[in-house]
Formats: sequence, C-alpha cells, structure tokens
Amino acid sequence: MTKRVSSAGRWLPREMAVLLVALATLPLWIEPVGLYQYLGVEIAIWMIYGLGFNLLLGYSGLPSFGHGAFFGIGAYAFGLFQLWAFESLWLGILCAVFAAFVAGAVVACFLSHRRGIYFALMTIAFGQVFWFIAIKWHAVTGGEDGLLNIPRPALDVGLASAGLESNTALYCFVLAVLAAVLVLLWRLVHSPFGKVLQAIRQNEARARFVGYNVWMFKWTVFSLSAAIAGLAGSLFSMAQQSAYPDVISLHASGIIVMMTLIGGGFVSFWGPVIGVTVYFLARDVLGTLTETWLLWFGLMFVVAVLFKPEGIAGAWQEHVGAASGRSRARRALAGLLSTGRD
Amino acid sequence: MALFEARGIHKRFGQQVVLEHVDLSFEAGRLSGIMGPNGAGKTTCFNVLTGRHRPDRGRVTLDGEDITGLSPDAIARRGIARSFQVMSLFDENTALDNLIVALPEVRARGFDMFRRLSADDAAADRASAVLARVGLAGLERRRAGDLAYGERRALEIGIALASRPRLLFLDEPTSGLGSESTARLAELVQDLKRDHSVVVIEHDMQFLFALADTISVIHWGQVIANGTPDALRENAWVRRSALGGAA
Ligand SMILES: Nc1ncnc2c1ncn2[C@@H]1O[C@H](COP(=O)(O)OP(=O)(O)O)[C@@H](O)[C@H]1O
Ligand SMILES: [Mg+2]
Repeated sequence: MTKRVSSAGRWLPREMAVLLVALATLPLWIEPVGLYQYLGVEIAIWMIYGLGFNLLLGYSGLPSFGHGAFFGIGAYAFGLFQLWAFESLWLGILCAVFAAFVAGAVVACFLSHRRGIYFALMTIAFGQVFWFIAIKWHAVTGGEDGLLNIPRPALDVGLASAGLESNTALYCFVLAVLAAVLVLLWRLVHSPFGKVLQAIRQNEARARFVGYNVWMFKWTVFSLSAAIAGLAGSLFSMAQQSAYPDVISLHASGIIVMMTLIGGGFVSFWGPVIGVTVYFLARDVLGTLTETWLLWFGLMFVVAVLFKPEGIAGAWQEHVGAASGRSRARRALAGLLSTGRD
Repeated sequence: MALFEARGIHKRFGQQVVLEHVDLSFEAGRLSGIMGPNGAGKTTCFNVLTGRHRPDRGRVTLDGEDITGLSPDAIARRGIARSFQVMSLFDENTALDNLIVALPEVRARGFDMFRRLSADDAAADRASAVLARVGLAGLERRRAGDLAYGERRALEIGIALASRPRLLFLDEPTSGLGSESTARLAELVQDLKRDHSVVVIEHDMQFLFALADTISVIHWGQVIANGTPDALRENAWVRRSALGGAA
C-alpha cells in the first residue's frame, strides 16, 4: 500500500495561511513601515496576474510574452461595461473575465500546436496586435489616453452594500479575490489537469503517446490563464479608475515574465507571489533612493536567467535544506524556447 | 483476423524511401518480434503504426477499425502503448508519478482541475504494482532522472504498461543494457507475455528467438522474411547475420 502522506494539495497549506495572514494585517502595518495602502492593492492584483501567468510559464512551459494583452482586455472590458452599460461590480468583472477568456481562446487556437520560440514569437505578435488596436481604435478605447473616470462600483452582496472608494476597502475586496484565486489554483496544480500540464512540459511527445490530447490541454490552460489575467486587469482598472494601453505593451508583458522568473516560478507555486513583492518593493523602496531601480531589477533578471533560474523560491528551498531545483529550472528555462523533438 | 494489421505501408522522408510495401500482422496473446539491421526502418515502422508519422500509402487496422493516420494520443486511447528506443520519460517526476499519469483512469479525468491527484490511493497502488512488476519496487519516490540506466529502461516499459494496453510495442528494450540486465529484461518480457499481446523490436537475436512466437525480418524497409523462430533459423539472411552462432 502506498499511503502518500503529504501536505501538498490541501485546501490551505501552511505557506498560504502565512501569506494570507500577512496580507490580511497589511492595512495595519503598511503605513507605520513607511509605505501606503494603495501599494497593497497593486501587489494583490499583480499576484493574481502572476499566479495565472505561471500556469503557463512554470507549470506548462509555455512562454507567453504578450500576456499583457489579456490583462489589458480585462481592464478595458471592465471600464467599458461601467461606462457604457451600467455600474456593476460583479457584472463588470464577469464581463472582463469573459472577454479575456474569449480573446485567449481565439489566440490559443493559433498557438496550441506551436512550441518554443515559435510559440513565444506568436504571443508577442498577438500582444502587439491588441496593443495596436488599443491605441488606434479611438472611439472605443480612447486611444493613447485610454478610458478615464471609470467608476468604482460598490460591492453588493445580497442586501448589503459596501463602498469601495477608500483604498483600504478596495484592498480588502482585492485580497478576498486573491485568496479565492490562490485556493483554486492550488487545487488546480495538484489536480490531474495540473499534473498533466507538468508532464507535457517535461515531455510533450511522451504525454501524447500515453494518450493525452496535448493541443486541448495547451488550449485550455492558455485560455484559463488569459481569463485570470483579465480578472486581474478588471481589478486594476477599478483601482486606477482608468484603463490605458501601457499595460498591454511589450514592456508590461515583459515585467510579468521577469517577476515570475525572479521569484522562482519554475520551481515553486509561490514564485510569482515572491517576484511581485520584490518588484514593488524595489520600485517603492529602491525607487526612493535611485531613479535607476528598474535597471537593478533588470539586472536581477539577468542574474536569475544566467545563474539562478530557480529564482528566490529555489534559493529559499536550498537554504532550508531542500534541493534547490536549479537543474530542473535550467531545463525548464532551456525548454521554453526550444522547439524540441516531435 | 489478427488484432492488428498493417497493409501495404509506404513511408518516405524526402527522397529516401524508408518503408516499402510493408505488411505486418500481430495476433492477440502472442509475442511478435521484429528484427533487422540498423537503419532498416524498424523504428519508423513503429512510428507509422503508433501515429507519429502518417504513412504515404497503406492501411493500419486495430481489431478491424481503420486507425491509419490517427494522432498518437487517439491511437493510445484505443489501447496501443509503446516504449521508445531513445528513452522518453518524465524526468523530473518521481518514478511513481511517471506511471500515475499513464494510468487510463487518470487519463480519463485529465481535465479534472479540482481533485487532488496525490490523494488518489487507488491510482498510487495501481502504479506501484506496475512499478513492482517491472522490477522497480521501492523506487517509488526516486526522480526518474536520478535512476540508473537499467532502471530507466524498466521505467520506460512501465509507462507503456501502466496504460493496460491491448497491444504493447517495445522498441529495442535491451538497447544499451549489459548481459545481466538483458537477462532480467528477458524474464520481464517472458512474464508480460502471459497477459499481454506484445510486439518487440530487437537486434539481440538470442533474446528474440527465445521469446517470440513469430518474427518478421525487416531489411531496407521491406519485410524479407516472416515466420516462427524455428522456420526462420533456416532463412538465408538470418543465417548470415547469425554467424557466430547467436541464433
Ligand atoms: N523523421 C525522420 N526524418 C528523416 N529520416 C528519417 C526519420 N526517421 C528515420 N529516418 C531514416 O529512416 C531510416 C530508418 O531509420 P529507423 O527506422 O530509425 O531504423 P531502425 O530503427 O531500423 O534502426 C534511417 O536511414 C533514418 O535515417
Ligand atoms: Mg530503431
């Protein structure tokens, strides 16, 4: 009998509990340490985005370098819904998630039989297409200025209703969404679906020969990841009360790749969570000291790619005595752009 | 009718004709062998039969159903499993997890995004049993990439076996093994023969002649001989290549 005693895949693993407690108490300590409430909102939103993104990069080995498109589509869809239809938090979010899912599903039809560098280049191309549309389709997107004055609808739960005007209230809402995403994705990566994705990443040909329709799995995970990016985008446009083409740019798409990789997305579920935190702390702490903070963050990325593809999570695992997963991360990194055997 | 039939298979890569009018049939409950020199087209033949390559001409049927040109996953889901000459494992997974993803009941719920796979003790037990059968009991937790060469060869077969196939294709399972491991593998294949229909490509004639019920010889992309081991011992090509007395 193989009884497999392991914490992996419980509803609420210890790391998640620690993270959620730290984030839940954030409104109490963020100002005393010299930062500000809105930072928490940004971090939580990008964590959602990064966790969804890492389903592709870390778990499936699919290099999506134009993922900002789906974040942007979510942001615009939420804004357009509030401005053109009526003010509704839930319907706005639903509309954003759906729009990003559909866009992701369409793009994935063109991508799912590609691999490595071809896949990566196609995602960049599609990202640029969406960016171009956002800039040029003035009547709908507002062009370079984007959508302005997007209302932040109140949170309606049955009979009760809570305003989200204050950043603390908004933070609590975004945190609740993040918690839900964390729990669901944790389930997903330990489910059969998640295990198949990881098998495909390691050896696509063999996965096919044991009977998995690899195309369907890639299509599904890409669409799902796009939908999660759209969810994050909707929260972002609610937070910013605007949506603009910047978030779709190649630059913004690159940032999420850097965050995920630096954090250790190749070896850990928590990689993007760590990477997002590091990025925003670099921006707000390093940023007060030097204007070149992004350069330093970029250098971290270079160092990670060259020497530490296992990222911060891998370094931590090594520190507590586990295998760092460096070779695993190396292979994953190398596999990203290789077109492999058939 | 045979369980599996290939009729008139042609396959070329560019100008090079690799398979020319290949007819093969494999009976249920038998161990069929394929032999032939390096580069004869044996692996290509497996690749065509299991869906990696589409034949340029010809028909492949499983139990009467035409499966020509189906994708590898569609063919696998119909009950055909194969191992690879060049090993093809899930290197970062444990030995056990390599087999778990290959189980048909896991495959059937491949789109289940919610239930924890590691809580599925039945699947783990099944995979463990397969692991034990290929001689890797006790190595459940070892990363496939960290296994010794011979153990990886066994796991390679285990993955194919885990899907409980109706027909099992093994491509040079002894490739790279020493004599001791080859002997152990012969025992394993002998054991698999009891409850599986097997097709095995092998360059080791002794191995094949001892195990196979029927053997096909492929040379220059054509089947040049076909028959029981005893009948084939008289075959001119076999005699010539068996100089040194291997067969
Ligand atoms: N995908 C391919 N593309 C081009 N040529 C190939 C391909 N696969 C095999 N060949 C060629 O077909 C011939 C037969 O190869 P193979 O089937 O691997 O032989 P065997 O398994 O009998 O040693 C070789 O000359 C090989 O170079
Ligand atoms: Mg071969």
